[in-house]
Amino acid sequence: MPTVGFLFSKKEWLYLAILAALLLIVLPASVDIFRLNLIGKYLTYAFVALGLVLLWGNGGILSLGQGIFFGLGGYCMAMFLKLEASTPEATKIQSTPGIPDFMDWNQVTALPFWWQPFHSFTFTLLAIILVPSVFAFIIGAAMFKRRVGGVYFAIITQAVAAILTILIIGQQGYTGGVNGITDLRTLLGWDIRTDSAKLILYFINAGLLIGVLLLAQAVRMSKFGRLLIAMRDREDRVRFSGYDVSNFKIFIFCLAAAISAIGGAMFTLQVGFMSPSFVGIVPSIEMVIFAAVGGRLSLFGAIYGALLVNAAKTTFSESFPELWLFAMGGLFIAVVMAFPFGLAGVVKDYVEPFVARRLPVLLGRGRAPQPQAAQ
Amino acid sequence: MQPIGQTPKEFILSIDALTVSFDGFKAVNDLSLYVDENEIRVIIGPNGAGKTTVLDLICGRTKATSGSIKFEGRELTKMREHEIVHAGVGRKFQNPSIYEDLTVFENLELSFPRGRSVFGALAFRRDQEVIDRVEEVAEMIFLKDQLRTDAAILSHGQKQWLEIGMLLIQKPRLLMLDEPVAGMSVAERVKTADLLNTITKNQSVIVIEHDMKFVEDIAHRVTVLHQGKVLSEGTMDRVKHDPKVVEVYLGH
Ligand SMILES: Nc1ncnc2c1ncn2[C@@H]1O[C@H](COP(=O)(O)OP(=O)(O)OP(=O)(O)O)[C@@H](O)[C@H]1O
Ligand SMILES: [Mg+2]
Repeated sequence: MPTVGFLFSKKEWLYLAILAALLLIVLPASVDIFRLNLIGKYLTYAFVALGLVLLWGNGGILSLGQGIFFGLGGYCMAMFLKLEASTPEATKIQSTPGIPDFMDWNQVTALPFWWQPFHSFTFTLLAIILVPSVFAFIIGAAMFKRRVGGVYFAIITQAVAAILTILIIGQQGYTGGVNGITDLRTLLGWDIRTDSAKLILYFINAGLLIGVLLLAQAVRMSKFGRLLIAMRDREDRVRFSGYDVSNFKIFIFCLAAAISAIGGAMFTLQVGFMSPSFVGIVPSIEMVIFAAVGGRLSLFGAIYGALLVNAAKTTFSESFPELWLFAMGGLFIAVVMAFPFGLAGVVKDYVEPFVARRLPVLLGRGRAPQPQAAQ
Repeated sequence: MQPIGQTPKEFILSIDALTVSFDGFKAVNDLSLYVDENEIRVIIGPNGAGKTTVLDLICGRTKATSGSIKFEGRELTKMREHEIVHAGVGRKFQNPSIYEDLTVFENLELSFPRGRSVFGALAFRRDQEVIDRVEEVAEMIFLKDQLRTDAAILSHGQKQWLEIGMLLIQKPRLLMLDEPVAGMSVAERVKTADLLNTITKNQSVIVIEHDMKFVEDIAHRVTVLHQGKVLSEGTMDRVKHDPKVVEVYLGH
């Protein structure tokens, strides 16, 4: 193994510095708050993409249902915010004051018991991580213990995403239905709709994203990370080396779910609502595309992939809304065929050698680019 | 080898009346096989005789239809694959099965028997004990100078050695090798035979092999399988001259 420093190689630390500078300095300094908020929204998808690098890139487990966990995290946060916005005073015109407006519209007359704990912020924070993790654990245990994998697993995650969407839409009185949970206002009394709140939330989001990136890298650098790669290539060899492979798959699936959920919760905070359109099949596939475009083996790539594809989506779908899905599909095929390692692969194969020739001092005194520990 | 008429030694592995049926086809049919402590047993037989299937049954990859497999007194047929490994059984696959995207060092390190649970793996540290043991095994399998090499670019023979090394590092008490010298040059075969002869000082080995020269070099005893049953068993010399064996296997 190439000698790597703490967590990252020297070169990767440089990439981290560039990323941090971009997210924390360059972007906030150069775009207005409306756009910064939009970028913050894109970055919430980057959480999902980071989870997918671990799960799919390293572990070889393709989930086409990560929207489930993004959505669960987002809904947990939305439930808390909605309860805070539904004080008896604020809702006194309802037939039942003190419950969320959509419940009242749907003739629900009391807050369902499973909404009650979401009055507590501590509970909500725990639920954002634990609800998706437990859900992932149940799916993972049911699938991986039975050795369901590959395409079958991907299809089942799709099915679960579809079922969850249908369930949310169908149970309007408890979930807000197809509109989702909207009209969120304050977080512990702090108005999240103001520009200054949006700026602060952007920084919290970016900070969390970098934190998650470091966590994901720590996992990749551990023996667990190497086992993921080993399982992807030779599952049987890992099993017959004394590892209970299913436990490792369940764990990484839960971890990716929890990471996605943080993104979902930050989405709700920054965008101000949560709806089933972020849970289902299409958003789940889009999230895989972000990771694929960025490079499914690269954590940095995942973040840039989420940013770029979403920026393209916004630009493109404003002018040609009906063509966007085709463009996205085309992009995915192009990446898979021509650049299997996405942007990160392009950087590694073309940009780094070029830079290494021009800037020998920066990248280790004129040596060829160091072999990377984990791309 | 077990002298007849004396008090029987404990076998490390006893297989009794083992049968597995794939949709009615009995790939292993009422098979019984006993392996001694520190013995090198070679299983030979024509293609499709059921040799690989026997190893699959022992290591839990295939579930037996009936019969029993006892390893150091423990029934393996009821155990899960990784538990069988923990019990002390290591198995090499017929096609070299290594982690091509990792280095030789990492391949061996992952096989080192520590930190095998999820949290154990997260907390695992590459300490001196691990490094020493990896280097020791790498030396045995002639890959000491390749520790930093990506396993993908090893030669076929080196991959076979690496997989053997991945088993050795676990210190199994029963080592099962499915055609370990397939694809090796003559010189590599000789080195592999030496390797096997050294390591059996403290482990039993079951080897499946077609190469008769190699079998003669290493076998303490030979079992000939045919259509899922034991056709003949004994020293190489005896088996070689068994007319039944000559007819179905060695004759051509
Ligand atoms: N999982 C399975 N399902 C169905 N049939 C199987 C299965 N595994 C093995 N067989 C069949 O059992 C028979 C024995 O196969 P096995 O691989 O054990 O032979 P072998 O002695 O190892 O042969 P070779 O020398 O070619 O490696 C073959 O006919 C094979 O097709
Ligand atoms: Mg075979």
